[in-house]
Amino acid sequence: MHAFANPTRFLSIARPVTPWLLWLGALLSGYGFYAGLFLTPPDYLQGESVRIMYVHVPAAWLGMGGWMGLAVASLAQLVWRHPLAGVAARAIAAPGALFTAICLVTGSIWGSRTWGTWWQWDGRMTSMLVLLFLYFGYIALANASDEKVSVSKATAIFGLIGAVNVPIINRSVVWWNSLHQGPSITLKGSTIAPEILWPLAFTTLGFSLMFGAIVLMRMRTVLASAKVEARLRRLTTA
Amino acid sequence: MKAKHQRLTLALLALAALFGAGLLAASALKDQASYFYSPADLQKNPVPPGKHIRLGGMVADHSIVKQPDGVTIDFVVADGPATTKARFRGIPPDLFKENSGVVAEGAFDNNGLFVADTILAKHDERYMPPELARKNGRQEHKTETLAR
Repeated sequence: MHAFANPTRFLSIARPVTPWLLWLGALLSGYGFYAGLFLTPPDYLQGESVRIMYVHVPAAWLGMGGWMGLAVASLAQLVWRHPLAGVAARAIAAPGALFTAICLVTGSIWGSRTWGTWWQWDGRMTSMLVLLFLYFGYIALANASDEKVSVSKATAIFGLIGAVNVPIINRSVVWWNSLHQGPSITLKGSTIAPEILWPLAFTTLGFSLMFGAIVLMRMRTVLASAKVEARLRRLTTA
Repeated sequence: MKAKHQRLTLALLALAALFGAGLLAASALKDQASYFYSPADLQKNPVPPGKHIRLGGMVADHSIVKQPDGVTIDFVVADGPATTKARFRGIPPDLFKENSGVVAEGAFDNNGLFVADTILAKHDERYMPPELARKNGRQEHKTETLAR
């Protein structure tokens, strides 16, 4: 990873990769949406409302995966002092919060159609809401410190500690009685029929690529604004 | 030991302790953080009449009976062999069906009947098209106890 430690080298790779991630992601998501809306059959019990899954599930995975990425970046910052790790963690926080929010909103709509309620304090919903608040806390902490490019040590430690919530979200439907159903997709396979499942692969891959594109864009923005600030400072002192 | 390795060991030890503590605490909440009681839970630890709780389980086969007034529904919530009789007045969600999951909010009356004021439908983790469900899904469903 230290090959990318040089911001100039990182930028020379990130710049051409960003549009590819973005447009490929948009294309895959677009096809996944089309397939999920028009090509797959409805569910025998939930009817047409099952189609919200194609947005809800990848958003949930990315909300959780985002924090895992943020935690790994925080670890890399604290242990190896990687110069871009803090920048990466800072860049992940906003899209992570965004996808967590998408998950909560779509889940609420889905629940109103199937369960008959918009919100209940069961283990899965509560722990997912906690994840959203953790993202908000992280963003606030990152912006509050003097570090404007990387993040402060306290912020990185917060990023590591917050990771405890991710396995709790994952296990919440197994440990506790919940309104949310048990896991459908596990290491043993899927209890979702293949003819309903397949567009999920497209939207998941598409969302992930777009998530990556947003992270690279935000990292480039942070690095660019740091460069601008440095130049301005040189101008005023000269 | 290099400083880098020292930091790594420290961070990993702290993480392991933190995760251990967090997961132990969360799984110890097992009973308190549960969203509902199942009929089996209630058999072990009965809840006094009038106390507001959530009751969850499967709606037993052929147990839904609509009363002549048109809005009162009697049904039986089952969790394996344990069952609880319940009554609800109102419009249940579309997914409220026999052999399907349900969470009812309400309280027991003095005769041991659970009077629900809200009904939420629960579905399990299996998704399939209607044709497939007709072929095999519904039979599978009947032998299944509470999926969680």
